[in-house]
Amino acid sequence: MDLLLTQLATGLALGSIYVIVGLGLSLIFGMLHVVNFAHGAFFMVGGYVGVFVFAKTGNFWFSLVAVPLVVGVIGMAVERVLIRPLYGRNIDDPLLLTFGLSYIFVEVIRITFGLEGIPFGTPRELRGAVDIGVGFIPLYRIFLVALTAAILIALWLFLEKTSYGLIVRAGARDPEIVRVLGIDISRVWLFVFGLGTGIAGLAGFLSAPIQSVNPDMGVPVLAEAFVVTVVGGMGSLVGSVVAGLLVGVVVSITSLFAPDMARVSIFILMAVVLLVRPQGLFGRKGAMG
Amino acid sequence: MLSLKDINAWYGLSHVVQGISLDVRPGEVAAILGRNGAGKTTLLRTIMGLIDRRSGIVEFDGTDIMQMPIHERYHRGLAYVPEDRRIVPGLSVRENLRLGFVGLRAKAEEEAVIAEACETFPRLRQRLDQEGVTLSGGEQQMLAIARALVAKPRMILLDEPSEGIMPVLIDEMYELFKRWKQQGLSVILVEQDVERALEVADRAYIVDQGRIIFAGTAKMLLNDREMQERYCSV
Repeated sequence: MDLLLTQLATGLALGSIYVIVGLGLSLIFGMLHVVNFAHGAFFMVGGYVGVFVFAKTGNFWFSLVAVPLVVGVIGMAVERVLIRPLYGRNIDDPLLLTFGLSYIFVEVIRITFGLEGIPFGTPRELRGAVDIGVGFIPLYRIFLVALTAAILIALWLFLEKTSYGLIVRAGARDPEIVRVLGIDISRVWLFVFGLGTGIAGLAGFLSAPIQSVNPDMGVPVLAEAFVVTVVGGMGSLVGSVVAGLLVGVVVSITSLFAPDMARVSIFILMAVVLLVRPQGLFGRKGAMG
Repeated sequence: MLSLKDINAWYGLSHVVQGISLDVRPGEVAAILGRNGAGKTTLLRTIMGLIDRRSGIVEFDGTDIMQMPIHERYHRGLAYVPEDRRIVPGLSVRENLRLGFVGLRAKAEEEAVIAEACETFPRLRQRLDQEGVTLSGGEQQMLAIARALVAKPRMILLDEPSEGIMPVLIDEMYELFKRWKQQGLSVILVEQDVERALEVADRAYIVDQGRIIFAGTAKMLLNDREMQERYCSV
């Protein structure tokens, strides 16, 4: 029983990464109607930027702030230069563009940093384990859950309590009236793409101590992030949170009983959700159309 | 104030607005009438820059605004209330009103803006925290107008404000339009309800198949029963 509970806690920590990645993907889709196939690549770039900044500064906390900023700026440049010309066109166009872009990112990283992964140890401040009553779990995992909670609260406050958040919420529902009311929505799209990719980069750096940083680390993450957004409902932020944690727990519990099945389990979860509730747990019906 | 010169607009291959020219003077109410599908809504959307395939000149206060980004029109004092009102789902009445000023460069005081909207439309006062789309059709129309007024526009384009609304609320709205005239706010009023529209309008235009086929004073059209029946009856 205790083992199950510690595994559940591990699942929530793993789920935290999924939540952050899925949130970015969902935010970008809900607002820009762009299915960002480069999301995993931004995640991977975040891992490298973090390892690089940490190697130069030796400061984990500084790296933690620098990563989303650097990756977010790269994301904004991509939106402005590559994605913007495709607005108003078929939804497949930005999808294909970001798909191609993800390969370019991976190759650039391979050429620059090599094919081999770069190991990254847990930062000194966050080593050790904590007794959560039912057993010990690594401090770093508790840190992940706490940081995710902090990000969620910050995002919620931003969306619900600020004027800019109001614009983002309105723009996701009805971009035309937002423009008619004097708001330059292209700036909002730029910002949201930067935000979504920035937090994907952050997630990449956060997962560095769990897995090593390597050029292909974004590939499974992209698939997992899609599972999260499909299970939660495309464009629903609450959905991303619930589905992200759910996916983390499912992977973690499955790896306890049938380790070989862990990777596949989330796709089974997705298939079940799609059969029972095609729009996802928190999705609006027909939101894709 | 507003001067349209040879405006054309297309939806795909269909040429919906075919060379419309007209002028609206400061403080004037211009009624644009005609059957469904005549091109009235498309004309308003073209003025707002919402139709991609368009040509012609839209002069507002002496500058051609045709190529301007959509949002820039609002800052210049041109407001638009679309036919379907476009109350944003998921947002409260208050948030919908806030949406009217968050884009303004000179920051407005939220409480002052809300108070003014409630003074114009007292019905909104008890509903401020309700989701906007749960209001009745008439209340949504009032909210949409109140939202467009937040920026204190000098001209407002209204697309069928009385459509699907209880007569008592229509009366209330038209009282407001009359007050606007005294305040010098220019209006383009697209309406199905010809008699109502001509009651406040100074000038009237009838659009048929994308062209203006009647232009004159509201009084002239009011006396021309045949014209009204031929081109405006539903």
